[in-house]
Amino acid sequence: METALAAGLQALLVGFTHLELGQVVMILIGSLLLYLGIGKGFEPLLLLPIGFGAILVNIPLAGLMEEEGALRFFYDTGVLTEIFPLLIFIGIGAMTDFQPLLENPKIILLGAAGQFGIFLTLLLALALGFDKLEAVAIGIIGACDGPTSIYVTSKYAPHLLGAVSVAAYSYMALVPLIQPPIMRLLTTEREKKIVMGTVKQPVSKTTKILFPIVVTVAASLVAPLGTPLIGMLMLGNLLKESGVVERLKQASENEITNIVTLLLGLSIGATMEAEKFLRVETLMILALGLIAIALDTVVGLLFGKLMCLLTRGKINPLIGAAGISAFPMAARVAQVEGQKYNKKNYLLMHAMSANAAGQIGSIIAAAIMLSVLDGLGI
Amino acid sequence: MDIWTFGWTIATIGMIGTLLVLWLLSLLILLLKKIFPYREESSAEG
Repeated sequence: METALAAGLQALLVGFTHLELGQVVMILIGSLLLYLGIGKGFEPLLLLPIGFGAILVNIPLAGLMEEEGALRFFYDTGVLTEIFPLLIFIGIGAMTDFQPLLENPKIILLGAAGQFGIFLTLLLALALGFDKLEAVAIGIIGACDGPTSIYVTSKYAPHLLGAVSVAAYSYMALVPLIQPPIMRLLTTEREKKIVMGTVKQPVSKTTKILFPIVVTVAASLVAPLGTPLIGMLMLGNLLKESGVVERLKQASENEITNIVTLLLGLSIGATMEAEKFLRVETLMILALGLIAIALDTVVGLLFGKLMCLLTRGKINPLIGAAGISAFPMAARVAQVEGQKYNKKNYLLMHAMSANAAGQIGSIIAAAIMLSVLDGLGI
Repeated sequence: MDIWTFGWTIATIGMIGTLLVLWLLSLLILLLKKIFPYREESSAEG
């Protein structure tokens, strides 16, 4: 009887006796992500489940990521198959209004410049000794687009999924802190004060309906491997613009996105096991992610300055910084910065055009990268 | 393939390709707007 009691009590202590320092650190990191999500409001929809997933997976002997573990099931079913990020894209498409972009299509080029950080960071990652596929996954943080980062990383470097996802979502939330100093540094006072007139070019409903179909076909023909990404985003937008499937649109932007966001966040958190996450490489990835978004901003602003020059001062270069995918935060940052120098300046609609272009641009950049990798036999 | 050939290939094609595809899309948008211009009645539809 005494032996049985001792064995029973010992079983209750087994969790404590197997707890390692690394797991304690990871539980603290998970708690930090929870604090950032709950206390600071940084991307709470993702950081909350990611943080909690990180805590769960670092409980010793819980086995949540072992064969037949609950989180392993979510991860294998939704992340390894790339289904979760694709479902999220349908929701994003259903929520995105491309009207400002359709009204002023020349701004779309800023959405390309805002992706250059992806490729420059890829080169930096190679220089720092990451292998080719790891460098691709790290560079994609520069897409400033969580689902795209997850899609590409789960395809090429799934062991980096935790670090890349945390970097992508954290820095997206920090765009209002990262971008303004760069914007102030790279633009002159005269440029910041440029007032962009209102663009009044209403768009027909037929154009709005045909836009997602045309984009899907054109972009997919250039980069077929990116078809799942661009196709799902544009499917969501077609649900919205068609106006005939309100239930599907509602389900895409609410129920489907909410459920998938929860499961995706948990699955990503579940990849943050101590032995995989607590490495020097993780710190390097977090630093490179920050550099990627800073480089996106720099190139976007420089391209904005070029457009300003070519249009003889009709484009305020500040909207170049909005050519990234963090929607609509980056557009708001451009508006706020512009108003600091000219209270009568309303850049928001123009910046929204650039920001919507950034959403398409990030997917196109990823799609091109996937196709080129395939072409190189990688 | 060495890492630098790989890196510069991806970076060059990636940057130029993204720019060209988005430029192509801007032309397609202009074309759509030309073929299906906005009319007052279309605002009533949507």
